[in-house]
Amino acid sequence: MPTLFEKIRDRHVVTRRGDDVLLYIDRQLIHEVTSPQAFAGLEAAGRSVRRPGAMLAVPDHNVPTTPDRSVRIEDRGSRDQIQALRENALGAGIALFDIDDPRQGIVHIIGPESGLVQPGITVVCGDSHTGTLGAFGAIAFGIGTSEVEHVLATQALWQKMPLQMRVVVTGTLRPFVTPKDVILAVIAEIGAAGGTGYALEFSGETVRRMSMEGRMTVCNMTIEAGARFGLIAPDAVTFAYLKGRPLAPPPSLWDAAVADWKTLPSDPDASWDREVALDASNLEPHVTWGTSPQDALPVGGVVPDPEKQEDPGERARMRRALEYMALSPGTRMIDIPVDKVFIGSCTNSRIEDLRAAAAVAKGRKVHANVTALVVPGSGLVKRQAEEEGLDRVFLDAGFQWRLPGCSMCLGMNPDKLKPGERCASTSNRNFEGRQGPGGRTHLMSPAMAAAAAVSGRIADVREVAR
Amino acid sequence: MREKFLSLSTVGVPLDRTNVDTDAIIPARYLKTIKRTGLGEGLFFAWRYDMDGKERPDFPLNRPEYQGGEVLVAGENFGCGSSREHAVWALMDFGFRAVIAPSFSDIFHNNCLKNGMLPVTLPAADVRSMMDALLAAPGGKVQVDLEGQTVTGPNGEIHAFGVASFAKTCLLEGLDEIALTLTSAAEIDRYERERKKATPWLFLDLAG
Repeated sequence: MPTLFEKIRDRHVVTRRGDDVLLYIDRQLIHEVTSPQAFAGLEAAGRSVRRPGAMLAVPDHNVPTTPDRSVRIEDRGSRDQIQALRENALGAGIALFDIDDPRQGIVHIIGPESGLVQPGITVVCGDSHTGTLGAFGAIAFGIGTSEVEHVLATQALWQKMPLQMRVVVTGTLRPFVTPKDVILAVIAEIGAAGGTGYALEFSGETVRRMSMEGRMTVCNMTIEAGARFGLIAPDAVTFAYLKGRPLAPPPSLWDAAVADWKTLPSDPDASWDREVALDASNLEPHVTWGTSPQDALPVGGVVPDPEKQEDPGERARMRRALEYMALSPGTRMIDIPVDKVFIGSCTNSRIEDLRAAAAVAKGRKVHANVTALVVPGSGLVKRQAEEEGLDRVFLDAGFQWRLPGCSMCLGMNPDKLKPGERCASTSNRNFEGRQGPGGRTHLMSPAMAAAAAVSGRIADVREVAR
Repeated sequence: MREKFLSLSTVGVPLDRTNVDTDAIIPARYLKTIKRTGLGEGLFFAWRYDMDGKERPDFPLNRPEYQGGEVLVAGENFGCGSSREHAVWALMDFGFRAVIAPSFSDIFHNNCLKNGMLPVTLPAADVRSMMDALLAAPGGKVQVDLEGQTVTGPNGEIHAFGVASFAKTCLLEGLDEIALTLTSAAEIDRYERERKKATPWLFLDLAG
């Protein structure tokens, strides 16, 4: 009767304390921004890393995406954090994909790519988008720096059991409708806090048909619905993705691992605290208009009117959002011009994302008023894209082709919006100032972002690509 | 050892917004530090200052009546978004010791408890009336009694709140959670020995 989450949880209980369990953590991913204070705390207490071999470190949040980064990083804070990560990892014997390593990239991209994220594991990272990794059928969640330190020292974390929500997605996605549109529609449906306190399992034929890349995009944004955990049951797609990856189970253990993984999916009679159904057969490409990921609507829609909102708190929030975004109710989404386009982030910087964007960019030109960036999620994604000639497609169309990192998703490196600039972005958050102080973000899929780049405004990719 | 949380009697600072995300609490450019201190400077930066760096006089944190307040009263889903613990460090560095809201994001809530900061969840209607009172009569006092698990609003109304018993003990005594967990080290060892037999592929060294 247990759910996927409950099965994984049960096999990781070290001990209990009231309602809390001490959950064993199989793997921790570490990046430069949320780990320095954890290592410093460990050192101040005279403690050491309990299982360095269960960790992997990578700089991603504030690395520049320009080639000069291997020579010198201008920003002192970024330089210091990357150096601290290097010293902490080397000092503790933790694997490090350093800035010049071909495997370097966004932590949630390189974890799966290396094969270390597997069904049935518990994996944490000091980053809220760690839920991405739940796409493999794992308990994967974001934690704060104190908890990073706790895992370094104990390889375990005290946890309360979250509520269980199942999101069932059915129907065949129409052309140019992607996993990004599915998750934006789910967030719009349940709201930015709808998943607070829950683990969300995504199931249904639509999810089963998604590639691992698509599943990761879906799980990546569960945190934008308030849920720390997003999960998808492992299946043949998962196993095929993992087979042969450097840190996946070796051939001698592979069959045993797969046999174990096949026992993980939620039992058919598992009970759920909440169930949500989405018929995706008529789903349209989605875009956001406001400053919360829940502010998503079909691209054919118009900017909503706060005065029609009955709840006074929500009305006030919408007014503020429109003021920040400099938009008026009733404006058609496709009439909103953009200054920048960002294709990247842990949501949408995998090879499939780049292929989808390139398919739209091919033979077209970035609009004269637009600066467009493509930032591959990892060195390996970049290399594969180059082998497929996607870099040429983007460069010929007038996009910039960058080195891997988090980049303009959160504006910690030099890739930022200027005040007032408006961006079509494949990232996950449209919060005020997220992409740079005063910047304005519209979230969408890679194909939609490419369509915006060549149109100079938000556009319906189905029209552009026709 | 974390800072102990006892009780507070302080000015309540109303932040009448929902879905306050941690990017708003502390913008990313302030995260480039390897310390936990000094982050108060960047707290709510874009809301405290305009684009020219001038104080926005209407923002509650800038109004003289609310100076020195240690309790922030906010709308639902406070602390959503990024897991950055810097958000809690910034609030504490600025002087806040508790946040009262109808709901919190899970990660922010956890991060508060790890740092001796108290997140108080109250029914939306109670937060609304407290917010209205603090907006109508700036400088009103709010009392927080963790031991008794009550909040007393500016008009003297008393609200009980829930807190997990272990979290409460940690807050009151400023306990070091890692030291506590390390008392279970033998159980962690035993767990590892058993799991290594069941799922040996999870015990291969990632560093090779």
